[in-house]
Amino acid sequence: MDTFVQQLINGLNVGAIYALIALGYTMVYGILRLINFAHGDVYMVGAFTGYFMAVQFGLGAPSLVSLSIVLIGSMMVAALVGMIIERFAYRPVRKYSRMTTLIMAIGVSLLIENLYVATIGAAPRAFPDFLGSQSQVPIRLFGNAAISKAQIIIFLVSVALMLVLQWIVFKTKVGTAMRAVSFNLNSAKLMGINTDAIISLTFAIGSALAAAGGVLTAQYNPNIDPLMGILTGLKAFVAAVLGGIGNIPGAVLGGLLIGAAETFVVGYGSNIGIASTYRDAVAFAILIVVLLVRPSGLLGSTVQEKV
Amino acid sequence: MKRTLLALLSITALFTVFACERRGGGTSGDASGPILVGYYGDLSGRTSSFGQSTKNGVEMAADEINKAGGVKGRQIQIITEDDQGEPNKAATVVTKLINQDRVHALLGEVASSNSLAAAPKAQEAKIPMISPSSTNPAVTQVGDYIFRVCFIDPFQGEVMAKFAANNLKAKRAAILYDFNSDYSRGLYQFFKRSFTQLGGAIVSEQSYTQGDRDFSGQLTAIRAANVDVIYVPGYYGEVGVIANQTKQLGIKAPLLGGDGWDAPQLWQLGGAALNGDYISNHYSVDDPSPAIRKFVADYQSRYNILPDALAALGYDSMKVLADAINRADGTDSAKLRDAIAQTKNFPGVTGQITIDGDRNAVKPAVVLKLQDSKFVYETTIYPEGLTPPVGTTSSSSASPAPPATSPAGAN
Repeated sequence: MDTFVQQLINGLNVGAIYALIALGYTMVYGILRLINFAHGDVYMVGAFTGYFMAVQFGLGAPSLVSLSIVLIGSMMVAALVGMIIERFAYRPVRKYSRMTTLIMAIGVSLLIENLYVATIGAAPRAFPDFLGSQSQVPIRLFGNAAISKAQIIIFLVSVALMLVLQWIVFKTKVGTAMRAVSFNLNSAKLMGINTDAIISLTFAIGSALAAAGGVLTAQYNPNIDPLMGILTGLKAFVAAVLGGIGNIPGAVLGGLLIGAAETFVVGYGSNIGIASTYRDAVAFAILIVVLLVRPSGLLGSTVQEKV
Repeated sequence: MKRTLLALLSITALFTVFACERRGGGTSGDASGPILVGYYGDLSGRTSSFGQSTKNGVEMAADEINKAGGVKGRQIQIITEDDQGEPNKAATVVTKLINQDRVHALLGEVASSNSLAAAPKAQEAKIPMISPSSTNPAVTQVGDYIFRVCFIDPFQGEVMAKFAANNLKAKRAAILYDFNSDYSRGLYQFFKRSFTQLGGAIVSEQSYTQGDRDFSGQLTAIRAANVDVIYVPGYYGEVGVIANQTKQLGIKAPLLGGDGWDAPQLWQLGGAALNGDYISNHYSVDDPSPAIRKFVADYQSRYNILPDALAALGYDSMKVLADAINRADGTDSAKLRDAIAQTKNFPGVTGQITIDGDRNAVKPAVVLKLQDSKFVYETTIYPEGLTPPVGTTSSSSASPAPPATSPAGAN
């Protein structure tokens, strides 16, 4: 029983990060019908921005204040990066077919990855341990089940960010505008909404959430490298599709489900002869099943294609 | 259509260029001019610490030899290629070193998967290759031109199994290995064989893939199995994170590892979480013997860091090669191959090196304890038939010992 609870905690912990990244995918898709494949790399940029800030300002020692500074700083930088990508890569080709934008997204993704590899090298780097988790005993729940400080922080911050997002989208004027743009871009424009600004803002918010995911995950897995966004980004994308792409609560649900599914495959797979390396295969098997059985995702609604 | 044609044409042209290159290639057995030694390793990929350390060691050895007048009056020139830690790139750069640079001998790689990809190219071209630190047995089985100056995984796995069973009195062990790495899989199998022969039980076997970031699923399963030690024969990048997450799950059993842990980055990733863990390695930087003290001092003044085992092996591989060229009286590839094969009791910094019939080095291993971001010398474990001081060598060095008769554990 305690092992099951522990695996659930592990899984939700991984899933919370997927959820944060999936939100960016789903928001951009909701507004532009674009799968932003560079999103996973923004997550990586977020982690590295945090790393370089810590190195630059000498914030190596365990401290919650340092973590907050680094977290907010890298979210801001990533928001800017997201806006730049949108402004210079996607906006110029937005008037062409969706395929053009999609290929552009793949191009941007490869550009960011290789730019990082070329400038700083592919060797993994160690993210500073702000929570002192290297020398810390976890908090025991019952039996052997335990939760570490890093896991608690990842949970709390992720949930807080998701609530803030929910508030922005449903309670503010900007959020109303975002939903309007998502509903119909041209009509929104006719209603006097500055759609370019709203799209830009959507990229900024999505990118900031991904950066938060990057910094938070580095508190638990301090090994960061320029290609870390590829697989994680793809899985977050699967999470967004599973939940129903374009649907915000769906992205969160999808993220948590994928994280839990993966961890259970790893944790219990060896008992029934499934190697733990099947964890990645499972995430993509889920994608295939969802696409076959319920293409709109768990919480997605089937919308009539606009003409 | 036109574009497709153009593309096809340019591809054909490219192949033609390569074809010409190959025909022009082959070894030149010229007896004068510099001795060209090709070094290939991971200088920018995920295991670049390995490639860089080895390169430092190789270059330092070459400089020492050149300053002393070279080998038979010929200077050694190192030609370095970066394979980014990927097997297919390793094969490509070795082909380039052989066909374009026409090197007389090759040094590399560290990771067994990369050596295994490159070795057939060297064998095919009959260019002697010495791997400084690939420990998977299959590497030198590629052919009679492939050698190594380190011990092999059956021995390394056996060393840790003996240490766990005899010194740590462990009865129940778990293994967490890298599924796609020849090195890690090899160590996993040999540790398992030796540990069960010594009366222990492997109660949980888990795997991961290089690049994984979350190991909590595997570690939770291991925790439920209630073990005395956890064997993690991986590379430093993942191991640092694994150590961290082990402690975050409240697991007290020490982690045991191999030479793949030996990199400065390990401490940044794992820090205090690594305290109390053990690894097997090729040499100890704390060894008081004069030869090692001199090597460590020279290396430190040159590169400003302590030499890890990979640097020491890189250094030894270059020295062994130079010694063989000296005895072969030139760089004729067949003579050079025979000279390397006849290497006996060569005094390297990683111990006396004797090449056995399988082209592997027979030498002892050290066990190091990890404490406060340092490797502290714990004990030395000798292979069967090799006892201190080094006397005779047995050709089948590393067959796992029957339980009771092991001379291991001697200090």
